[in-house]
Amino acid sequence: MVLPITYLYPRILAVGEAAFTVEFGDAVDALLNRQVHALDTALRERAVPGLIETVPTYRSLLVMYDPQVSNAEAIRDALTEVLNALPSVGVPEGRLVEIPVRYGGAWGPDLADVAAHCGMSAQAVIELHVQPEYTVAMLGFAPGFAYLLGLPEKLATPRLPTPRLRVPPGSVGIAGAQTGVYALATPGGWRIIGRTDLTLFNPGREMPFTLQAGDRVRFVPL
Amino acid sequence: MNSPNMLEVLEPGLLTTVQDAGRRGWARYGIPPSGSLDPVAFAAANVLVGNPPDAATLEITLVGPRVRVQQECLIAVCGATFEVWAGTLPVPLWHAVYVRAGRIITFGARRNGARAYLAVSGGIALPPFLGSQATYLPGGFGGLEGRALRAGDRLPLGETAVRDLLARAGRVWPENRRPPYTSQPTLRVVLGPQDDYFTAEGLATFLNSTYRLTGDADRMGARLQGPPVARRGPTGIVSDGVVWGSIQVPPDGQPIVMLADHQTTGGYPKIATVIRADLPLLAQLVPGDRVRFAAVSLTEAQMSSLNLPVTGL
Repeated sequence: MVLPITYLYPRILAVGEAAFTVEFGDAVDALLNRQVHALDTALRERAVPGLIETVPTYRSLLVMYDPQVSNAEAIRDALTEVLNALPSVGVPEGRLVEIPVRYGGAWGPDLADVAAHCGMSAQAVIELHVQPEYTVAMLGFAPGFAYLLGLPEKLATPRLPTPRLRVPPGSVGIAGAQTGVYALATPGGWRIIGRTDLTLFNPGREMPFTLQAGDRVRFVPL
Repeated sequence: MNSPNMLEVLEPGLLTTVQDAGRRGWARYGIPPSGSLDPVAFAAANVLVGNPPDAATLEITLVGPRVRVQQECLIAVCGATFEVWAGTLPVPLWHAVYVRAGRIITFGARRNGARAYLAVSGGIALPPFLGSQATYLPGGFGGLEGRALRAGDRLPLGETAVRDLLARAGRVWPENRRPPYTSQPTLRVVLGPQDDYFTAEGLATFLNSTYRLTGDADRMGARLQGPPVARRGPTGIVSDGVVWGSIQVPPDGQPIVMLADHQTTGGYPKIATVIRADLPLLAQLVPGDRVRFAAVSLTEAQMSSLNLPVTGL
């Protein structure tokens, strides 16, 4: 089913009286995601009074503000102004993070199933999965969970019919056309094809998270 | 010199956690705000005992704890209606109460509401994680070792700025500044951001029906049961950001109101957002309570926010 309405983007939508979401489109798409990060960067560089924090996602930016410091009108105006100036703002290239991964076996219990679903050998799945340079589109679902853009279409595999109760930290998974990395042990339904030893969440560090939205990622097979 | 004051947990109650005003600035990494689910009762309890309004307190859920204070202090209990004693003396709610050294504070029967806040002068002073002492159980961090309190736990208390505890005792939080708690609230919402995923009929169902809070209510979300909300769009959206108060509608049409421990992103369409002034009413619902929703304009929502009795919600 498709919505009967076509919208003009970007759209600024109220999320209650303390947040807006700025939508750039309605798809999982690298170009839309770049626009999200561009707006996020521009907003963070400009100290908007009352702005508390932002959450970049695939195709939209959530902007939270304090209605006792600012108001909807002022924030909407600031957003419009920054949006209008966006075409001239370059997106800084994200940091490149290399993630060493052991594929298959106990590290990637679903590798064989993914291979079977995609009609290729396990080795071919690995070779294809390490090929692209991915972008961290967003972190969400659980602390530090990284949704990556750039999975080769041939590797798209549906989620597990029943989620696992515990997916170990560092697990690399595929769900539909997406690939992602678990930073913490959580329940999860993604098909796990490998795991990294790289610590993606270390509560003892000042910046506990290894990955942030906008980063570029390469998987290195071990 | 006095040794630092401690709060000792004798019996933990059903689910007692350390909560403050929450963790801000980490949603982009997938970390929700957490913090007290009833921000008004929480701040009131702090202000009564002379703490900053965002000091760390105990959030008490349905069945209260038994705790001992090592030194004399002020306490205040606000929010859900419990019977509370300090030693053998009853502790009135929404009052600053002087408690002698070594006294045991006991929570008894609960009459109304789900969550009460126990503030102690000086505030709980555990090491903050990412700027906050708020306990986030799913992540296992914040508060005391990221978990609910257990018998035998000892919580350090900060130093109070109150010079004369006795002189401050007896203060009352005025009734007209307490949230209008009820087991059948009408929660005000601002429609959207994905109200266009629902049919006109679905929106009417949502705004004209009564929904019951189900049993699996935790700090992440309040699951409701009632007439299913009819969709016209796809069952899911491209995952986007979620706030405390967002109302998600999964494919079964039964709304879920996200609370302070919510996932930061979600793939279900969000029909509306509960306004902040009504979050305390949401926090005090117990399974079986009935809620209705009323749409208000953004301007109206904003006015209610400005009139909140406590700033920094």
